[in-house]
Amino acid sequence: MAIVRDIMPAFELFQPANIGDAIGLLDRYGSDAWVLAGGLDSFDWLKDRIKKPKVVVDLSQIKELTGVREANGGIEIGAMTTLTEVVRHPVVKEKFSILSTGAEVAASPQIRNQGTIGGNVSQDARCWYYRGGWKCYRAGGNVCFADTPTAVNREHAILGADRCVAVNPSDTAPALIALEAQMVIRNSKGERVVNAEDYFIGPEIDITRMNVLGPGDLLTTIRIPSTWAGAQFYFEKVRDRQVWDFPLLNVASAMVVSGGNIERIRIAVNAAAARPLRLTAVEDAVRGKPNNPATGEMAGKIAVEGAVPLRFNGYKVPLMRNLVKRAIGGVAEATWA
Amino acid sequence: MPDLPKHPTYKLIGKNYTTPDLVAKVTGKAKYAEDYRAEGMLFAKLLLSPMPHARVRKIDASAALAMPGVKAILTGDDMPKPADSLTDLGQRIPANPLGERGLTNEPVYQGEPILAVCAVDEYTCAEAIEKIYIDFERLPHVVDPLVSLRPGGPNARVEGNVWVRQPTPQGQQAPPPLVKELKWTEADFAEYEKGRLPMGKLRPDGVTVAPQSDEWSFGDVESGLKKADLVLDETFTTPNTSHQTLETRTAMAYWQNGKVYVHCSTQSTQPTAPAIARWLGLLDEKGFPDVSKVVIISEYTGGGFGSKITSAISAIIPAMLSRKTGAPVMMRVSREEEHFIGRARPSIQGRLKVGFTKEGKITAVDMFVILDNGPYDPQGDANNSGRMLSLMYQPESMRWRGVTVLTNTPPRLSQSQPGGFQGIALMEPILAKASRKLGIDQVALHRMNAPEGKAQIGPPAANGKRAYVTSAYIKEALDRGQEMFEWDKRKAQPKRSGTKARGIGVATSCFVGGSVGFDGLFIIKPDGRITIQSGIGNLGTESVHDSHRVVAEVLDVPWEKCEVVWGNTSKNLPNSSPSGGSQTTHAMTRAAWAASQDAKKKLQEIAAKEFGGNPDDYEVAHERVARKGGGRGMTLGQAAQRAIEMGGLYDGHEVPQGISAFTATSAKALAGQGLLAVAKDTAPRDGATHSYVAGFAEVEVDLETGKYRIVDYMAVADVGTIIHPRSLGGQILGRSTLGIGHAIGQKWVYDQHYGIALAKRFHHNKPPTILDLPVKMTWEALDIPDPETPVGARGIGEPPVGAGCCAILNALSDALGDEVFRRAPVNLDTILASLEAGRPMEEGLTAHI
Repeated sequence: MAIVRDIMPAFELFQPANIGDAIGLLDRYGSDAWVLAGGLDSFDWLKDRIKKPKVVVDLSQIKELTGVREANGGIEIGAMTTLTEVVRHPVVKEKFSILSTGAEVAASPQIRNQGTIGGNVSQDARCWYYRGGWKCYRAGGNVCFADTPTAVNREHAILGADRCVAVNPSDTAPALIALEAQMVIRNSKGERVVNAEDYFIGPEIDITRMNVLGPGDLLTTIRIPSTWAGAQFYFEKVRDRQVWDFPLLNVASAMVVSGGNIERIRIAVNAAAARPLRLTAVEDAVRGKPNNPATGEMAGKIAVEGAVPLRFNGYKVPLMRNLVKRAIGGVAEATWA
Repeated sequence: MPDLPKHPTYKLIGKNYTTPDLVAKVTGKAKYAEDYRAEGMLFAKLLLSPMPHARVRKIDASAALAMPGVKAILTGDDMPKPADSLTDLGQRIPANPLGERGLTNEPVYQGEPILAVCAVDEYTCAEAIEKIYIDFERLPHVVDPLVSLRPGGPNARVEGNVWVRQPTPQGQQAPPPLVKELKWTEADFAEYEKGRLPMGKLRPDGVTVAPQSDEWSFGDVESGLKKADLVLDETFTTPNTSHQTLETRTAMAYWQNGKVYVHCSTQSTQPTAPAIARWLGLLDEKGFPDVSKVVIISEYTGGGFGSKITSAISAIIPAMLSRKTGAPVMMRVSREEEHFIGRARPSIQGRLKVGFTKEGKITAVDMFVILDNGPYDPQGDANNSGRMLSLMYQPESMRWRGVTVLTNTPPRLSQSQPGGFQGIALMEPILAKASRKLGIDQVALHRMNAPEGKAQIGPPAANGKRAYVTSAYIKEALDRGQEMFEWDKRKAQPKRSGTKARGIGVATSCFVGGSVGFDGLFIIKPDGRITIQSGIGNLGTESVHDSHRVVAEVLDVPWEKCEVVWGNTSKNLPNSSPSGGSQTTHAMTRAAWAASQDAKKKLQEIAAKEFGGNPDDYEVAHERVARKGGGRGMTLGQAAQRAIEMGGLYDGHEVPQGISAFTATSAKALAGQGLLAVAKDTAPRDGATHSYVAGFAEVEVDLETGKYRIVDYMAVADVGTIIHPRSLGGQILGRSTLGIGHAIGQKWVYDQHYGIALAKRFHHNKPPTILDLPVKMTWEALDIPDPETPVGARGIGEPPVGAGCCAILNALSDALGDEVFRRAPVNLDTILASLEAGRPMEEGLTAHI
């Protein structure tokens, strides 16, 4: 069968108006259904005719899935809230600015106007072999094309690889992990709440999925508790271009400093592994230590312990080391104008 | 400082104005090829090769053809044989039997179109394509030129792996090039691991080649290197970069009364007609393209950069399907398809030995290049890289050697500053390094080696003499830039602060800036208005309008009274330069000037006839032709009326000798409407026209991430008289951006084992975004007229590219030192890994990483 790209195949389109109807449809069609949020990830798959679902459930008409609400000193974000809305929301900016920053550096303004936070955290891997339609582990095959002697893999994983070396490309995910967010998931059986760091899964758990969502599941809400409101935050994304680029690596941290010492901290990186990584070893090592460059240096070294670079991504080791260092010890900015 | 030429004070030339196409462009009313619809129009889609090299044994399209709505399929068997083509400069290249046909039974790169399906809509086309079964025989493939040159390495084509240009027998046309097999020895690759380019033999044993086609020299290179105080031996690799025009090469075609009407995306309007005729096999009895059978409609084109000089061979696919189905056919080309068929600049890997005196003068350049040519026609980039280097840096002696290697990667074609860019990019990092080694300021080093006046270029011709250029004022551009960019002040700044390093870089760049010998054609109408026939393409540069400002200037008519007719070859257009190689502004201001002189002469003759005396007694000014110094005269409108009454040459019922047949046909069709001005540009020119740009950049590098930003960029252009400042500025900064893209990110990525492209979308190939450019990005032009052309204007499309790229590269090495990068683009991974290791960590010679 010959291959042709860039023409969307036919499917049955549903545009439910409420969560209940959406859940009903997902239940009815199970693994035949494709959940469509902003479409930035989905349309690539569909237009390339690599994924050909029978049914597409478009969430764009469900008002109850959108918006940012204040709740118990924290906030609740509807999964279909656009990244632009997240960026602009005054409470997010005031209390949880790593999330605004993470959302603001994702993709491009046009994409952020259309793309949603639920979609951003649930998007699939961007490995160019996998997305090119190669029948790899992640696509249900039995080989990883990105980890061969001739593979070009500068954007791939340095940690946590298990057969597949793809990375999670989300810019909001590490911010949500640092903020101790919770993901509210519904299906026909009811609702469950999963910690952000557990929402994402690596190949050792399921090589074909990036998160815990199974057929019938719908991510409805992201809850951010008040725990880290107004903490000392650091977010940095490193990418080739200043806009419209996935991270080569990003880091998000929330820190409470008291008397010059780190009292509490959560820190996560993404694009280093198939799932965003919470760096608990770093957290443990720096707790109680002064938030200075020396602690940063130590933290950076701990962060990359066990890193296994591929042929073209060795730079990610010093990059991750330095980003973690900066998150904790600060950046020595240039003094010239 | 020598006395510099000055141009007269002009009323229109050098002034900003609103081009007639602007409002349509910014409001979306402009119609590009894809925006046209015709009654009963069908659609077509391509089936692309999934393999880098294969032979089609069998195509089973029965299930596809049985589908409702499917009208036809077109395969390689249906396509006319490879046809002659035109070079960037309008010269004919004889058909290459191994050239492209548009569709093929032996795909030589992944993504090459094998067949096209025509159906009622694109959805049906796609469904039908998925029902087609092709039995392929896999053939050996290679995507890396050095892999192909290794002992036992694979060949990209069955015939071999290198292009060889054959000698031309006395008095005959040059024969087509040949593909031969060339393999080097293991010993040739001894220094490969150290990142030094292997330099094996240039051609297979026993093969004779055209003189200077793979080797030339001037001066004594050996003694030049011997007497040098500093000799640098450097290897550098330039990237393969797709043209990535925002408009893909979509085309729609239909036939009426034996004529094919093609709505296409093209850089050049009039010159596209013969190209399409040639590709379609519409030839006259002498075997020349029969342009009477082709109408090209292209009022707007969304970019070309050399990839659509005369549209594209893919445009004949809807035309062939239209002939087959008897209905109009639209073939929209998707972004992924454009990646494969949309052309690209070939990478050059070069090794240069360059000798400098301790004062900085270049004594010798010994240059060896390997061109990654792709699978089809040999590109001129390898040779041009040497030619342009020889002009830009004026070495006392030079040897150039080059090998053009075939690979199973998408076809290459001239891209802004073809070859010139690569030559500049190989040389500039060496100049920057020499500047540090010799302790000579970068600007001073460039200046002392820069061309001046009628500077020499390339190897000696058969008569032993070297060619030379019309003029060069790049030294003045360097001086201007040094001052305006505040080079010395920036140089005095500290280089390190905190985690940041700063650096400044300068680069000079040059390319061909114009051709000669085309025709101008316009009518002065009895209402006093002027209708100018333009065969120039509207490819975004505005030369389609700008060039004709000369008519209004010479005849002293307000621009508001001039109308430009463009974008459709059935509208009686003159023979016009292809818009490629920065020819247009130079060639077509000359053609406009020639036709204006014809109009002036006719006006003076009409006045003399009317009022007595000699034509010379009359002058054309203020929309009148009148006796010099005051006296009797008439308006141009009245003169136009008289021209109609007089007929003959005056109103186009007769046409002069010397103009092209295409122009003559157009002129005759316009006869009787007013005073018809038509002439071929025959103005003298001593030298080859070239343009120059000096680029200045400052970068700031984050030493902990490798990420850098361009703090500032400035380009100073030596392009002759400024015709239209706003469009000139757009070209200078736009093409600088193209060059900056080559420095900071644009590239191809291949998995060599499979020969399959991994990067084929914008977010993979990474053209620069507006946010990657400095907030402060400025341009300046010297406005010194070229002494060898009537209006003094030269083309600008090419030289900003090399300057843009290399000013960034040189600023980076100023900030980071010489042990960081060995190829472009320079990404943060290279910088960070190399800083970490203290030596260049990137694989310098592996292709497509």
